[in-house]
Amino acid sequence: MSTAPVSPSAAALRASFGDAIERVLVSCGDTIVYVSRARAHDALAWLRDTPGQDFNYLTDITAVDYRDPERPLEVVYQLRSLARRADLRVKIALDKRQPLEVATVYDLWKGADWLEREVYDMFGIRFAGHPDLRRLLMWETYAEGYPLRKDFPLRGHFSRSEQTRQALAANPEAHYSLEELSIAEAFAELPKDMQERLARGERGFIR
Amino acid sequence: MGLINPATASESGETTVVSEMSPNWVTTRLDFLTNWARSNSLWPMPFGTACCAIEYMATAASRFDIARFGMERQSFSPRQADVFICAGRVPFKLAPVLRRIWDQMPQPKWCISMGACASSGGIFDNYSMVQGIDTIVPVDIYVPGCPPRPEGLMYGILLLQKKIRGESIVDEQLRQEQLVGPDGLFRPAARVDELSEPFGNSVHQTRSSS
Amino acid sequence: MSLRTVELALATPGLDEPGKPTRIPLGVAEPPGAHFDEDFGAEHMLVNLGPQHPATHGVLRLVVELEGETVKRVIPHIGYLHSGFEKLGEYRHYNQIIPLTDRTDYLSPMANNVALALAVEKLMGIEVTERCRVLRVIACELSRIISHLVWLGTTGIDLGAFTPFLWSFQERERVYNLQEAWTGARLTTSLTRVGGMMADIPDGWDQALREFTRTFPSTLDEVDTMFTRNAIWIGRTQGVGALSREEAINYSLSGPMLRASGVDYDVRKDRPYLGYEDYDFDVPVGEHGDVYDRYRVRLEEMYQSNRILEQALDKLRPGPINVDDPRVVLPPKGRAMSDMEAMIYHFKQVMEGVKPPAGEAYLGVENPKGELGYYFVSDGTAKPVRWRIRPPSFINLASLPKMCEGALLSDVIAINASVDIVMGEIDR
Repeated sequence: MSTAPVSPSAAALRASFGDAIERVLVSCGDTIVYVSRARAHDALAWLRDTPGQDFNYLTDITAVDYRDPERPLEVVYQLRSLARRADLRVKIALDKRQPLEVATVYDLWKGADWLEREVYDMFGIRFAGHPDLRRLLMWETYAEGYPLRKDFPLRGHFSRSEQTRQALAANPEAHYSLEELSIAEAFAELPKDMQERLARGERGFIR
Repeated sequence: MGLINPATASESGETTVVSEMSPNWVTTRLDFLTNWARSNSLWPMPFGTACCAIEYMATAASRFDIARFGMERQSFSPRQADVFICAGRVPFKLAPVLRRIWDQMPQPKWCISMGACASSGGIFDNYSMVQGIDTIVPVDIYVPGCPPRPEGLMYGILLLQKKIRGESIVDEQLRQEQLVGPDGLFRPAARVDELSEPFGNSVHQTRSSS
Repeated sequence: MSLRTVELALATPGLDEPGKPTRIPLGVAEPPGAHFDEDFGAEHMLVNLGPQHPATHGVLRLVVELEGETVKRVIPHIGYLHSGFEKLGEYRHYNQIIPLTDRTDYLSPMANNVALALAVEKLMGIEVTERCRVLRVIACELSRIISHLVWLGTTGIDLGAFTPFLWSFQERERVYNLQEAWTGARLTTSLTRVGGMMADIPDGWDQALREFTRTFPSTLDEVDTMFTRNAIWIGRTQGVGALSREEAINYSLSGPMLRASGVDYDVRKDRPYLGYEDYDFDVPVGEHGDVYDRYRVRLEEMYQSNRILEQALDKLRPGPINVDDPRVVLPPKGRAMSDMEAMIYHFKQVMEGVKPPAGEAYLGVENPKGELGYYFVSDGTAKPVRWRIRPPSFINLASLPKMCEGALLSDVIAINASVDIVMGEIDR
């Protein structure tokens, strides 16, 4: 696929960010730019705000876990410039041995809100600065792990009866009730062991 | 001579007696009247989740029209419903909601599991899907299909009506609530695992790369 | 809101004795009346809508924090239909993923099938035949019509009008007849395959479709008469849930939601696929971005889809529907039985499946709900490393809290209806 043209944004990024642009490649006609984790937020902001780039539309955020366990996890941003009718894919490679954390782009595009929550839910990648990073598709106290990781088996870790039992005990009315909002607002003042028990998912009721 | 539970009659050779009282002429007349009334005015509680819900809506629309079975009044409040129609796949996150709505329905109540996913998990044999709602609630009628045609659902409703007509007021166990047990499960854990075992193609389609 | 003292027993309620649920006492932190200086009624009320609710269009849970009848905050909870599609896709061959796509957006299954086939064909660099392209356009536009018809019927019910629901489902039945005649299934069509289609249209199908396109606009005219200048409809939809142009772009909205806010972006026009650049159709663009504009945009889109269908029928020419590429399409049986090379291709395809080269591709199409994108990462084997569905309704729904700020409770229902969600796609 190397005969397809590389997007001019790649060269412009290289000019502005130098070594932070780790790799540029083209696959099936799409240009993919690998950016280092430290400068990714700056690069994405630059892509949005620079006249001539104008990537004002965030199409998608997702992540990829490869079958080879040595390969890093990749966070994938699909960007689009509506005015210039151009697409760009920006990726951040995350070494699995390091903590999986990148900066949020919620401040750049509001559409990143749920997209990043879903990536956190499915892959366990944290987005620093996200206003509300909770699980989105699984229930908040889901204990089996991060489903789209390759080390997570298709049917989950627990047995079916255990999954059923945990599901039936989940008590969805606790999220949100006035009880939980009160608990959430009082969280910092609660004693340490109570915070830990809440974090583990035990739910109580106000006496 | 009482009423024998045919479901357990053949397992061990012994028969369980579900009622000491024999049905007689009065009870059978009452049965006929009660069952006729119940079967012809089943108010459904449409627990529609996915694609089967769309076929359910098509069944309720003018071409197939379940109103002629007495199911005109869709009861979205479980308190006023008779039949719990689970139309669509049920993930584990939805399981406590389903159980709670089932518990909220007053007796007499029946359950139709519409579609392959509600009956057995369907094509979704994975971490997030309940492998058949009969692991959570007692099911009366299973309607196969993905999604079942409206005619299929109507056949299931007719079967349910036939089942209701076969009920008897002397059967004490029939209208007993079956609750979630103290271990947090509706069926014994071994039975849940057994019901959830993969079958068919699902047994082979678990390799991620070829 | 004053902080209440929270004493937690932290016990999961269970059963006291066999068969009797624990009675949980309804307690309050302090006895009522203890704080006379608190404003009476300053507490906001939390109303829980769903996940089982007739007006949430699927298993969506909305927790609405109300001050009186005005919405202070809406917290949507999704995931009640999470079926692990993307995980399942990693364990399926590319053609086996097509039946999965029927079940994500189950209101417009053929459009998803087409989108998936296009995405894999982009990954493999395959161009389909002309007849296949026209048939796929027909499939996409029929899907647009049936999806918008569901939206129309259910939005009507939400806002109090029951009859258009029956009209729209009657029209849907006519399209279901067409779908069933073509694919064998009313809803889960699995229409396409990589490199072609599952089957060609049967004899007489194009006449039946032409008959449909001839009479369908009259139903739309009836709906138009019912709603467009109706005082109740206008009162409930105009000015409700408005999003500005900049907000719509920033929230990554797509489809009718984006166009109602005045952004002229339609994937069929901006990034044409399947030969859409050769069809003559208009894209309705709204102005205010409120519920009324979204209604007008979707209604007009149905008229335009009808127009495209008529043109596609005129363009339909005899020819093959599957591309002649042994990597993806099984050779004809006669050749497979007599020619060694064809037999080997047949064997490899059946035993190993379609194998795209290593690489990745993203393809967006204009689905009725918005831009549906499929992102595939392949490592050269028959099963994808990653199958990502870029769900339009998921991203559109994320703007619901913004749209509901300051609205009334009944407006929340109208706004939710205008987003045109399908939970199968949102939760995947």
